[in-house]
Formats: sequence, structure tokens, C-alpha cells
Amino acid sequence: MSFNQEILSANNPNSANRDESGNINVGEIERVVCAVAGGALAVYGFRNRTLKGLLLTVAGTALLHRGATGHCNTYDLLGIRTSGDKTRNETSEPVAKDIHIEKSITIGKSPSELYNFWRDFENLPKFMTHLESVRCVGLNRSHWIAKGPAGKLVEWDAEVYNEKPNELIAWRSLEGEVTNAGSVRFEDAGERGTVVRVVLNYNAPGGKLSAFVAKLLGGEPGQMIEDDLRRLKQILEAGEIANVEGQPSGRDSQARPARTPETPIENTGEQVKSRAATSLG
Amino acid sequence: MKALCWFGKYDVRVYDVPEPKIINPHDAIIKVTTTAICGSDLHLYDGYIPTMQKGDILGHEFMGEVVEVGSAVRNLKPGDRVVVPFTIACGNCFFCRKECWSACDNTNPNAGMAETLYGYSGSGLFGYSHMMGGYAGGQAEYVRVPFADVGPKKILNGLTDEQVLFLSDIFPTGYMAAENCDIKPGDTVAVWGCGPVGLFAIKSAYLLGAERVIAIDDAPERLRMAAEHGGAETMNFAEEDVHDRLKQMTGGIGPDSCIDAVGLEAHGTTLDAFYDRAKAALMLTTDRPHALRQAIHACRKGGTVSIPGVYGAFLDKFPLGAAFAKGLTLKMGQTHVHKYMQPLLDKIEEGAIDPSFVITHRMSLADAPAGYATFKNKEQECIKVVLKP
Repeated sequence: MSFNQEILSANNPNSANRDESGNINVGEIERVVCAVAGGALAVYGFRNRTLKGLLLTVAGTALLHRGATGHCNTYDLLGIRTSGDKTRNETSEPVAKDIHIEKSITIGKSPSELYNFWRDFENLPKFMTHLESVRCVGLNRSHWIAKGPAGKLVEWDAEVYNEKPNELIAWRSLEGEVTNAGSVRFEDAGERGTVVRVVLNYNAPGGKLSAFVAKLLGGEPGQMIEDDLRRLKQILEAGEIANVEGQPSGRDSQARPARTPETPIENTGEQVKSRAATSLG
Repeated sequence: MKALCWFGKYDVRVYDVPEPKIINPHDAIIKVTTTAICGSDLHLYDGYIPTMQKGDILGHEFMGEVVEVGSAVRNLKPGDRVVVPFTIACGNCFFCRKECWSACDNTNPNAGMAETLYGYSGSGLFGYSHMMGGYAGGQAEYVRVPFADVGPKKILNGLTDEQVLFLSDIFPTGYMAAENCDIKPGDTVAVWGCGPVGLFAIKSAYLLGAERVIAIDDAPERLRMAAEHGGAETMNFAEEDVHDRLKQMTGGIGPDSCIDAVGLEAHGTTLDAFYDRAKAALMLTTDRPHALRQAIHACRKGGTVSIPGVYGAFLDKFPLGAAFAKGLTLKMGQTHVHKYMQPLLDKIEEGAIDPSFVITHRMSLADAPAGYATFKNKEQECIKVVLKP
């Protein structure tokens, strides 16, 4: 079984999203949220009886329709489906697969050092900045709290379902708000240390649309994992995470133009521009 | 404390800002005793380097006295006098262990940014844009130095600040440029640009055994310094055909190696130089590689072109065909300063070189904006400005 299949088969036994109809492409929780919010908007807009009210009614009705039918045209256009995928997985529960990330990094430590650091899941928030905390609640079970979209905290329980000491750790969510599965493999790279290969799959809270929006806004999950792995490397190789927060700058709220004994010679851009530079040191 | 802050193109100001604090366990805080304006600071001043933010503190050539150390710094204590390399290196990664200190994997907090532009990120640098780490620079009264147990070199003897300050950048940079030429006895080295790095490249080429060094510039005072202090033969590119002259001077063979100590803002008098300036003015290109084109063109077959001059992004009309046809070796990159500090400090102590010869201007930090303008315009025959906080 390939590494990837290992993860894709990590089905979540407690996921609630079921696809009853081929036309449904909105997840169940999202449908409820849409229906409630849409209904409220429609009523509020209708009472308002202005142009703004009319627009709100239209928008609310669309959301209500989306919630009631479970079908979203925007998702259709974007090729997104946040409900379960019937065609792919007929008999078993849906899996974490909206977002699939594979990243690797070489770290100058032994596979056993890396395995031991990672296997203590409580270490993960030290380099995964989107994690608020991970608490181990048993040998193979842990409780994860992460920072979701818009600063909202999301929580889930996870279990280690496969591991080989110093080689592999694979985990998946059990119950909670985010369906996800991940694995990390440690490959001996001789003098260079260890190649760490991470595979993550998850269904983002708020559906795939939120992942799409997050990507647009720069919170790209692949980049995030790359940065996480870089921080892991920094902790283990350099003993600290490179950081410039809290440094002084002229942007600081307390920063002021310095009063000097003599006013510095004023230099204007035009003066400077008119002369060319040659060799620079 | 007072610090020289960047606010935009041709706009640097001295601001009162909060003093730096220890952020990480390997940090130290240095009270700056002497700092300098580097030619590469002028690339920031001229707005050529991306990812600068208003208020950034500049300066990557500085030295001073340790006033505070983080919990993991064992080799320094308050009162120690140190010179600080402009590249920040962790000392433990694959690259640091190979002595490729400026390629350190672990010191750029914004490595993702540099990766987008360059594929991989180099080390963090002081005061040189956010893509290079966003570290506050040393043209200030105090500066935070990360990995203080790895970079700073203690100065234990009676050498003056001005004699050792340039171990932070330009002396190692000029030296590495010459070392990259793999100089053999009898070699002729041509150096484009007689700014401080070019001058140190000239001196270093002789230290490494070059028979002749030919210095190329158009500023008479710089050519004079190259001749008087560097012992180089000189050539004014505004008055002579550089390629032909080099060919004649080397008996038709060409220089064995060529050093481009000019970088991305070269200017020249030939057609391609005007083309570069026009394109840069129209924002159609970022770098103006006139000196580099000329160096590649002039270099002998099988020779080496060494590039200590800074390049930022993309080059137009790059004569790779000439480099290929002649089988040239091109070497370049940010200086692995850490590697050179001790051997070059030894040379200063032995009296083989006194780097303070490049200094033409001494000013207070408060006057730094005027220092930038003077250096930029080469007013008053300015070659190197040192600042006293």
C-alpha cells in the first residue's frame, strides 16, 4: 500500500456527512447553517421594505434554497462538493480528502530523535502555529484544538491507527468538527539526517469553499505546512525559531523623528536622481 | 534610541525608537560603537530591493559592545567587544556545517517569501528587507543580534573600530570574490567597480597571489585609491574601450578572471547601458547588468567571472552565449562572512592590511541621511562613510 493510500483509507468512522442524492453538494452542517441564516435574512429583508431590504431578501432566499435542497450552483461552478462523495466511496464512511497536502523536509537529526519528538503530540503546537493545543489522553488518543477560520477554535479527538517506531506515525480524527487524517514518515538520510515526509488530508470547517477562500487570502494550507516543517527544523537544529516580532522599527507607535542638534541636510529625490551611480561597495 | 529608518526611495530618517530586547535564547544586545553605510544599502536607498517596509532600521556593517545576552549564549558576556557578520547563521544546519554560512537554513523567518522569488531561501540578513528576514539593522544605538554564540567575533587586542569594522561585510566580501577566482601565480585579475568591495577585492587578489590587477571605474578618486592603496593598474571606462584595452594589456588573451564589484545598478557609456537604464526606468527590468556583460565579454577562455556585486531579480540581455562559448566559470553569492572573520582578522593583526584605508567620511548617526546622499552622489569624493551613534 502506498503512503498516500494509507492515509486515504483512514476513514473517519464518526463522520455525519452522507450523500443521499447525486444533486447534493453541500455538507449537512453547512446546509443547516445556510437554511437558518438564509431564513433570517429573508425575513429581516422583507420587513425592511427598502432596496437594501429587497436585496437581503433575495440573498436570504438563495441561502435558504441552498440549505433546503443541499445544492449550490457556486459550488457546481467551482467544482466543489462538501457533502459526501457517493461515487468514490459507495459503502464506507466518507474520508478526509477535501484538502490533500504532501510536504517533505530534511532535518539534521536521527529518525529516532524526530520520531520521539513528533510522537509526543503535545510538541506539535510548538511548530504548527494553527494548533492551539494538543493533549494526549491515552497512549493512542489525543485531543486537538486548532485555530479555524476567523479565529474560531475547532476541536477534535484523534487516534494513532498505525505506527512503526522511528519510521512512521499515522493518525486520524475520531469525532469533532474537523475530519482529518495525517501521517509522517521518517527516512534515514545518512549524514544529512532524516527526510521527514508529511501527508495531511482534511475537510476544512466551513466546507471546501472556505478552503478556496483561505487560499485566495493567502492562508494556503500547503504553504502553512511548509512553514510548520521549517519551524520544526529550526527547533531541532538551531534550538529556537527565527523570529523578528517585537523588534524596534520606525513603525512602532512610540517611534518619533529624532531631534538632532543640527537638522540633517535635506535631500530630495530629484537631486539624487539627476546623478548616476557607478561602482558601489 | 536613535536609529536610521527607511521610509522609501531616497527617504531615510533618524528616528527615536524603542530599544531592542532579547527575543530568543541565542540573542545578544549590542551597543553599537561604529557602523557604516554599505554600497548595498544604496540599493535599498534607490528602491531596488523588494519587500522593504516603511520604518525598517537599516545597517548591516556594525560592531560594538555586548550589553546583554540570552540564556543560551555561553561564549559572550556584557562588556565584550565584537564585530558582527551581516549574515545570520545558526551554525548547525547542513549549510553552516559546509561553511556555506550565508545559505543557512534556519535564520530567515520569512523564508517562504524568498522561496517564492528564488526557489530556496538564504540566511537572514540584518537590515536588508523582509524577504531576507526583516531583521532590524545596526545603524542604531543598539541592535539585537540573533545566534550571537555563532556569528560575532570578539576583538581582544588594541585594534581600533575602524581597523576591524569591515570584517562585518566588505572585507570578507572582497576577499571571497578574489578567492572565487582561484588565482594562480601569474594571473591577471580585472575588477569592475572601485567602491569599497572592489578595493578589497583588489587587495585580496594580490594577497592571494595575483600578478596584475586591473581596476575599472569612472570616478577619478576611486581609481586613484585603487592605484595608491591597492597597487592596481587603472582604467577609466568613460575614456577607454574597456574590452580592447584589456585585450591589449593581456597580450590578446584577456584577464584570467574578472570580478564584478558593481552589481545591479551599473552605469556605462555603451549602448546596452542606456538600454538598461531606459528599461529600468520603465519598470521593465529590475537589474542593470552592464558591468557583468562587459566582464563576461572580456574574460579569457576558461576563465572565472566572480560576482560580489548584488543582483536582485531578473537580468535582460545576459550574454550566456559568450560565457558558454568560452567555457567560463561563474561564481557569486552572499558572502560566507563567518568563514573569513578569523583568517582576515589574523591578516589585520599581522599588518598585512589595514582596512580603514577606504574610509573617506566620518559622521554621527544623527547625520546618516546626509551620509546616504553624499555616498549616493559621490559628493566630496565619498567612498566609505562610517557612523558613530
